[in-house]
Order: sequence, then C-alpha cells, then structure tokens
Amino acid sequence: MTRAVLLSKVCRHYGSVRAVEQVDLEVHEGEFYALLGPSGSGKTTCLRLIAGFEATTSGHIEIFGVSVDEVPPYRRNVNTVFQDYALFPHLNVTENVAYGLMIRGVSKSERHEAAEQALDLIRLPGYGQRRPAELSGGQRQRVALARAIVNKPKVLLLDEPLGALDLKLREQMQEELKALQKTLGITFVFVTHDQGEALSMAGRIAIFNEGRVIQVGSPEDIYKRPNTRFVADFVGSSNVISTKFANLASEHKWASLRPEAIKIVDNGGKLARVIGVNYLGGSTRLALDMNGTRLHCLISSEQSLPVEGSEIQVTWRDQDVRVMKGEA
Amino acid sequence: MNRGAAAMYHGRAGIFSIVSDAIWRNPRMFLFLMLLPPILWLGVVYLGSLFALLVQSFFSIDEFSGMVKREFTFKTYGELFRPANLDIIVRTVTTAIVVTVLAAILAFPIAYYAARYARGKWKAVFYLGIMLPLWSSYLVKVYAWKLILAKEGILNWLFAKLYLTWILDSILAIPIIGGNSLSVSYLGTCIVFLYVWLPFMILPLQASLERVPVNLIDASSDLGANPRTTLRYVIVPLALPGLIAGSIFTFSLTLGDYIIPQIIGSSRLFIGQAVYAHQGTAGNIPLAAAFTIVPIIVMGFYLWMAKRQGAFDAL
Repeated sequence: MTRAVLLSKVCRHYGSVRAVEQVDLEVHEGEFYALLGPSGSGKTTCLRLIAGFEATTSGHIEIFGVSVDEVPPYRRNVNTVFQDYALFPHLNVTENVAYGLMIRGVSKSERHEAAEQALDLIRLPGYGQRRPAELSGGQRQRVALARAIVNKPKVLLLDEPLGALDLKLREQMQEELKALQKTLGITFVFVTHDQGEALSMAGRIAIFNEGRVIQVGSPEDIYKRPNTRFVADFVGSSNVISTKFANLASEHKWASLRPEAIKIVDNGGKLARVIGVNYLGGSTRLALDMNGTRLHCLISSEQSLPVEGSEIQVTWRDQDVRVMKGEA
Repeated sequence: MNRGAAAMYHGRAGIFSIVSDAIWRNPRMFLFLMLLPPILWLGVVYLGSLFALLVQSFFSIDEFSGMVKREFTFKTYGELFRPANLDIIVRTVTTAIVVTVLAAILAFPIAYYAARYARGKWKAVFYLGIMLPLWSSYLVKVYAWKLILAKEGILNWLFAKLYLTWILDSILAIPIIGGNSLSVSYLGTCIVFLYVWLPFMILPLQASLERVPVNLIDASSDLGANPRTTLRYVIVPLALPGLIAGSIFTFSLTLGDYIIPQIIGSSRLFIGQAVYAHQGTAGNIPLAAAFTIVPIIVMGFYLWMAKRQGAFDAL
C-alpha cells in the first residue's frame, strides 16, 4: 500500500508551548483518516503542518514518498477545506472554485467548465454567479469542498469542515463526504473534535491529546479497545472502572467497560442501584451505583425500564472489560 | 399600579427614565435625533456653500468694470481652457497623480507590516510614528523641508560629504522635474507633498489590510498561488477600498493645496494658488469658483472609474 502522508517524530513548538510533540503518523493512499482530539490537542496544527502553513520545529514530513520539509504550501499537491471555509469574498462562486486552476494557467473557458462540473458534483449547479456572502453555511461548505477537489489533489485536508453546521445538515454532509471520498478515491485527512463524526466516517482514527498521538486504529478498535483512560473517556462515554473492581489481576490500575456491554438480568448478576434514568428515544441510559462505583449503562427502550431508586441485577462478559495502560 | 406590578420594575421613575424609555421604544426617533446636528451641518453649511460655489462659477466678470455679472454663462468655464489656465490644471493633476501613486507604493509595505506583524508595543510605536508628524504645524514641516532641500541645505551638504553631488546634479539636470536646486524643482514639491500626505494613505490602507483574514492568504497559497500572486489576486483586491480611500485623501489634498507649491518648487502655479490669486487680488470670484470645480469633477470621475472597476465590491 502506498503511503500518502508520513509524519515521523514531528514537533511543532511555539516558544515553550509544545503544540505537536513527537508525532508519528502514516496515512495510506485512498484512506479516510481522522485526527480526533479535544481542542488544543494539536490535531489542527498537524493538519497545517501537512498543508505547509506551518513549519515543523523538528521531524520529517513526506507526501507520497517525497519530503516536503522545505516545500512551501503552494507547491504541495494537497488542498485544504478550511474550518470557516475561507472563500474569497470578492470573487463569485465560479471564480472561487476556479481559483486554483486560474493560478495554474488553465484557460478561462476550460476552468469555468471544470468549476461547473465540480458544482454539479457537490449539488450546487447554477450557483456560479453568486457571491459567498449570498450563500448559507452549508452551501459555503460545499463550495469550499468544490474549490479544493477541482484541483484533483493527492491528499485532501479537512479542518473541522462540518463544525459550523447544524446537526441535521452535519449528518447529511457526513454521508455525502463519505460518498464523495469513495467516488474520487482521494486520500482524506479529516480533523474533528466530534467522536461520533470520526467513528462514523473514518477508516482509521488517530487520537490526539496534549500534542501527542495516543492511539491509532480503526473506529472499532478505538471504541472497543481504548488503550488509555483518556481515549475511553473521550471516545463515547465509556465506564472507567478500577481493575480491582472488575476482579482482574493486572499490573495496570484502570479498565474500560462500554455502557452497552452491561446487561440487566433477572438473577445471577451483581447487585446495582438505579440512581438515574435518561430516556434517549431508542435507547435509555441508566446511571447505576455498585458499592460506590458509578456505572453508566445503555439499554434498549423496548424492554421494561427500571425505576429510579430500585435495585437491579447486572452482568457483563469478561472480554468486554479492557485493561488500559497508564495510571491517570 | 398594584404592589405586584411595582415589584416587576427596576429603577426610579423620573424625567430621565421617561426619556430613555421613550427612546428605547422608538429607535428611529433616536437615530433621527442623533443624525440631526450632522445633517444640518453637512446639508446647510457644507453642501450649501458648495452649491453657492457652483452657482458662482456660472457667473462671469465684466472686463471693463471688474464687477461680477450675475447672469448664467459658460464663459468662465471657457476661460479654463486658455493655454495658461489649462497648463495650471494639467500641472496640478499630474502632480496629484504622481504623489498618489508614490504614496501608495511607499505606504503599502508600512501598512502591511503594521496590519499583519506589528503587535502590542510595536503597534503603538507604529501609530505614534505615523501620527506624530500630524501633530506639528504644517507650515513648520514645509519650511523644515525647505531647509533640507535648499541649495545650501542638509541634503546637498550630505551628498557633498559623500562625494555624490554628481548624482544630485544629474537628477536636477532632468528637464521639467529638475531645477537649480531641489527646493525650487517639481521634484522637491513632490517629495514634500509625499511626506506631508503619507499618513493619510497609510492609515486607511492599514485599516483595510487588517480586515483581510489571514486564512484567505493561507487558502490562496493552498490553491497554488505564490506570495506575489496572492498579493495580486487576494490582498490588493481586498485592500482596494482602503487604497481608494487613501488615494482620495492624497489626491484631493494635493489638488487643493496652495502653500507647498508656493514655498517649494518652481514659481509656476497650481490650482490652489490660482484660486487664491483669483478670489483675492484679482477679484475674479467666478473664475476662482470654476477652478475649484475642477478637482471636484476630477475626483468624481476617479470614483466613478473605481466603482466601474469593482473597487468597492469587497465592501
């Protein structure tokens, strides 16, 4: 498999602030790769390093096997969809989309045709004459996307592209982006702080915290087998329990247990008191207290729901308890 | 009002609260009250005198009695096209164009630095540096320049010390812009105009450059544009309103000035000096008014052209 993007031991420091610290990443060609982390975790800085807007303090970046450490952004064959879209306000939609082609010296009729095709692809045909200010947030988002893909980049970088959209639109765009990536076959590197977005869209995810990559894996890996307490906390709302509580003999202190792995049984389970019931529609979230340890559990709303304050019996399979590295 | 209702309201009842409540209920009225004084000032005093000027320019002067004839005529405007007067207009407009273009070129890097890179203390230093010359008297500055540019002046002395007098001499030998010394040449006039009006170009340019989002520059470079191309297709178009605002200042100030060309430069007249002479000693108010209309027409034409070129699209 071809390596699309390679970061090895990349650091980016601002004075004493270590925005990115010793990051190693490997993105394969044609992959949908997400950089997931809380704000200030260094994921956006990483994306800007790949785009070339920032220079590394130390370390090495390759794009398709070619070192880009000395290459300015305008010579890199990558394009970016910016968080706030960064559309040129003085140009209309067609001119915005055709900007990259114009810079490369493509003739006016050719580039306008390419822009029109890109607008068709993102389902905004006939919007060419409008100004960015006349578009809605979702439409601007699409134009920003068209402006990037019209250049047929080798890698498309997306910096929280759906962050400014409302929920409904965001879900729709998630599906469209996924479909678009399949159609184009371009490598996508996608920055987000929304774990749901990363899990549903990405082929692989790198979890960032405090400038470092904590875990890399498929959405299932990350969700089911978090390797640290941070990942378990951040990705979804896993229960973090002590290994002692789970009756595990382990050198490590903490383990994770997914809320949906906890099942209610009639007998033979461990005793728990229901201290909260949150109806979420299809499922219901219970807060349980087991000898002072608080657990969350997600059950189907179809079954009969326990009432607050009642005692129930719960159980889980041993393989659902995942031991995690680290003390914190 | 029952006791329950009394508990609903905060504050005292009084004439001020009644007034502020009334204003809160009628935002349009508030706007009207706020705008009334400036509208009166602009409308009556400023536009009124401009209109009086316009009317005056359509009168003419009786050549025998020297009295103003209050009859509508284009005769005075015809006088503008006499070679001597046309010469004054061409000279002034050319100087204004040269000064404006040079000011834009000089101001851009300074404004760009201030907008993009200067932070905290350096921003304060920038503003102080730009504003400080504006705090001292205009006349003092112009006479100071006279001393700098004069034949026995500082600049000549410096060139002599550096054995570079030949450079100065060869520049002064250039016809039209040269002369006996810098202080009596058009070149000197332009240098002083440039110095005096430069802040009026830098400040609006800096304000408009500051409003260009950094991520647009990133986006442009992401799409393959090198810094020069980004400057041409993104930064300059977005900063154009500021550039136009600055050029309106430098252009119109140069068109109207009558002191700098009188103190520094050849003794040939500029529009401002012509107006001064005609409304004063010559007593030819209509011709002075007609001369004054010229800069207004030139500026109007300039703005119309700028609008047609899309200079204000980014506003």
